Amino acid sequence: MRPPRPLRRPPLADTAAVSHGHGTGTGLSDNKLLMWVFLGSECLLFGGLISTYLIYRSRFGDGPAPGDIFDIPFTSVSSFVLLMSSLTMVLALSALQRGDIRNNRIWLLTTALLGSLFIGGQVYEFTTFVREGLGYSTSPFSSAFFTLTGFHGVHVSLGILMLMSLLISSLRGTLTTERSETVEIVGLYWHFVDVVWIFIFTVIYLVPSPTS
Amino acid sequence: MSDVTELETPGGSIGVYTRPKANTGWRDWITTVDHKKIGILYGATAMFFFAIGGLEALLIRLQLATPDGTVLGADTYNRVFTMHGVTMVFLVIMPLAAAFANYLLPLQIGARDVAFPRMNALSFWIFLAGGLFLNMAWIVGDAPDGGWFAYAPNTGMIFSPGKGMDYYAIGLQITGIASLISAMNLIVTVLNMRAPGMTLFKMPVFTWMILVVQFLLLFAVPVITVALFLLLFDRNFGANFFNPEMGADPLLWQHLFWIFGHPEVYILILPSFGIISEVIPTFSRKPLFGYPFMVFSGIAIGFMGWGVWAHHMFVSGIGPISVAAFSVSTMFIAVPTGVKILNWLATMWGGRIRFNTPMLFASGVVSMFTIGGLSGVTHSLAPADTQQTDTYYIVAHFHYVIFGGALLGIFAGFYFWWPKVFGHLLDEKWGKWNFWLMIVGFNMTFGPMHILGLQGMSRRIDSYSPGFGFEFWNMFASIGAFIIAVGVVVFMVNVVISARRARTAPPVGLDPWDARSPEWFSPNPTPAHNFDEDIQINSLDEFWHRKYGEDEDGRVVRVATAEEVCQDGSATDTHLPSPSYWPVVLAAGLPFVGFGLMYTLWFCVPGGALVLMAIYGWIFEPVDDPDGPHGHGGHGDEPTEDPPSEERADDASAETTEEAPVG
Repeated sequence: MRPPRPLRRPPLADTAAVSHGHGTGTGLSDNKLLMWVFLGSECLLFGGLISTYLIYRSRFGDGPAPGDIFDIPFTSVSSFVLLMSSLTMVLALSALQRGDIRNNRIWLLTTALLGSLFIGGQVYEFTTFVREGLGYSTSPFSSAFFTLTGFHGVHVSLGILMLMSLLISSLRGTLTTERSETVEIVGLYWHFVDVVWIFIFTVIYLVPSPTS
Repeated sequence: MSDVTELETPGGSIGVYTRPKANTGWRDWITTVDHKKIGILYGATAMFFFAIGGLEALLIRLQLATPDGTVLGADTYNRVFTMHGVTMVFLVIMPLAAAFANYLLPLQIGARDVAFPRMNALSFWIFLAGGLFLNMAWIVGDAPDGGWFAYAPNTGMIFSPGKGMDYYAIGLQITGIASLISAMNLIVTVLNMRAPGMTLFKMPVFTWMILVVQFLLLFAVPVITVALFLLLFDRNFGANFFNPEMGADPLLWQHLFWIFGHPEVYILILPSFGIISEVIPTFSRKPLFGYPFMVFSGIAIGFMGWGVWAHHMFVSGIGPISVAAFSVSTMFIAVPTGVKILNWLATMWGGRIRFNTPMLFASGVVSMFTIGGLSGVTHSLAPADTQQTDTYYIVAHFHYVIFGGALLGIFAGFYFWWPKVFGHLLDEKWGKWNFWLMIVGFNMTFGPMHILGLQGMSRRIDSYSPGFGFEFWNMFASIGAFIIAVGVVVFMVNVVISARRARTAPPVGLDPWDARSPEWFSPNPTPAHNFDEDIQINSLDEFWHRKYGEDEDGRVVRVATAEEVCQDGSATDTHLPSPSYWPVVLAAGLPFVGFGLMYTLWFCVPGGALVLMAIYGWIFEPVDDPDGPHGHGGHGDEPTEDPPSEERADDASAETTEEAPVG
């Protein structure tokens, strides 16, 4: 009745096959698919926060209005920095895929530094706003603004943590070409966070904001 | 490679824990990553919370049995009905569905475990932590009192100054993490790990419905995560999301909550639909009528469930256009649900039906859910809903769908799969008592609530004065509630009696119900490794098709016995994922973080330390025991790297064992 069957996912000859998800239903490895699924969920998280901001952007009460307080040139520069970090992330991955460990480390570090620069810019922006009278409790607008950008900042910070962990792993000699999928998956997360920032930057800063 | 393995055995490098080895005793239950044991843990925990939620329900009915009830004060009454709703939704029905999903989904797709076994354990422990955290509010004496939907601004600091709503917000946040992790895990499992030949449209309907539910969770949970964060920030950090005095929108919470909340009701009901879609064909001895329609209507419900949320808000002043639009979409969503009901009926039609207990419960679902669905359609008519809203008519409606639909379906699943899980049947005689007590008690309790609601009795009132004509039906409903309780006790007795009897009785055999779907290929109870070898799937209902064929006249005849078709579970060389301490350690940290947010941030220090320690311990821990030569890739953000061991067990030579130490 039952001819013997091979194991469900046949023994894989090399890790490249594992990385590329051979033998899985989707052709993606479990880890990569997990990250995609997780990012799908994240879309709704930021969707909720962005919607909340859109509802509240003109509800600034007696506090500063968004149109009066935003420093668009400054934020444009820090946005540019963040977007460039996506480029360096790609360079880090492609270096590792070529087996160029040294460049991989350089680009991983650069990506983390660019991300930190962005976070630094956000901290500077927040402190400036607070000094100018836009506290967390000032108005629905201020609460929504700080919450949305704060959540994004936390995401970038977690990404930096992952990049640094990758770097440590690389320095210990364990991040090799065979493991490049790990970098790719962290990269997926990093690009996602950047793409979300494009939306946030557009919605908060580029769409003309109400002034008082 | 083994030297690398030893070098990097990381529990060692942290020096607190070594890899757990036990597979018996309590230690095994704490550290297990076996999807079957986790399923049982989910089920047992949910039944514990079911007892708590049931007691709360009985208190409510005691209070309302007579006019001017004095059993509970108004304040306590608010806490009891709030916690009853929260418990039943988040700590009973959802985890019971998770119990079935965990246990059965890998078996139905012919896999040895889920894609990420440690993450699976993690989601159970986080759920337990969240459930205990929520109920801790009772011990502190400050249980939430804002209803399960917790409408802000009523739940803001001004109107709910105690800690109750913080327990609600943080507790649900924690259980939400559990649902999200579980959803991601099961989606990857279904998409990546199906048996050879099992295309998506050869998957059993139960697996399909669970897949739809996981996608709903994946997208709905983050929305309530946002809502709960905003509420938490409002209450604790002085944000202004729900404070109308500062210009906030008083409807924001309602929108966010119901964008989550309406998909949530399909999250509650679809697993039950899946269960009875397995039970009804088996006991009607016919294939499921219109399998593709069943699947597509499930998917359609999943999509349309996102477009109807504002029907919870018809009287909140959202304006005539919104009301009209949501009214129409709500009518539409009755269509796929109706398709399902007709397909179940068509499956039964002309079948040789056996009314065993699972089938009784399944028929209970079809009939009771139809009543609940019809009263639901009456809500879609906004003018009628304006009369019904916030009355007992609504209470009647959602109990008919959640109790009559979801819970009865879960009981059908208990009776149907009990032999699969425990290796013995539940007693039929007690089972029938269980069913009839529950169905009669249920209709006595919630049927009259339609009348009470139409007579104008409001929801959420702690007492009513005599003379409005509410007395008789309230007393009647309270008697019904106690009959339900007796039914549940009968179930518990049945569990104990059947287990006792099984010690002496002969084992249940391979195929007690003449079943159809692939989980029955493995013996009962399921061995630790599930399947000796892969099953080649050639058709839907593969198990049945191996047992039956056609003779030369085209009549269905039995061609093989279950013994010939089933595996005997004798394989010994299978490689299973190793147990781990880290999931329970990580989960134990979260309530401390919660207490820290509520009382003093110092609590966050031990909580955060536990979580961090667990994450890094987890990442450095090889997925498998170092003895089992094997490694895996990892990535960051979530401590999620946990590929199933079995499929890559043979290629240790090529893989490094070190983990990527990422966040």
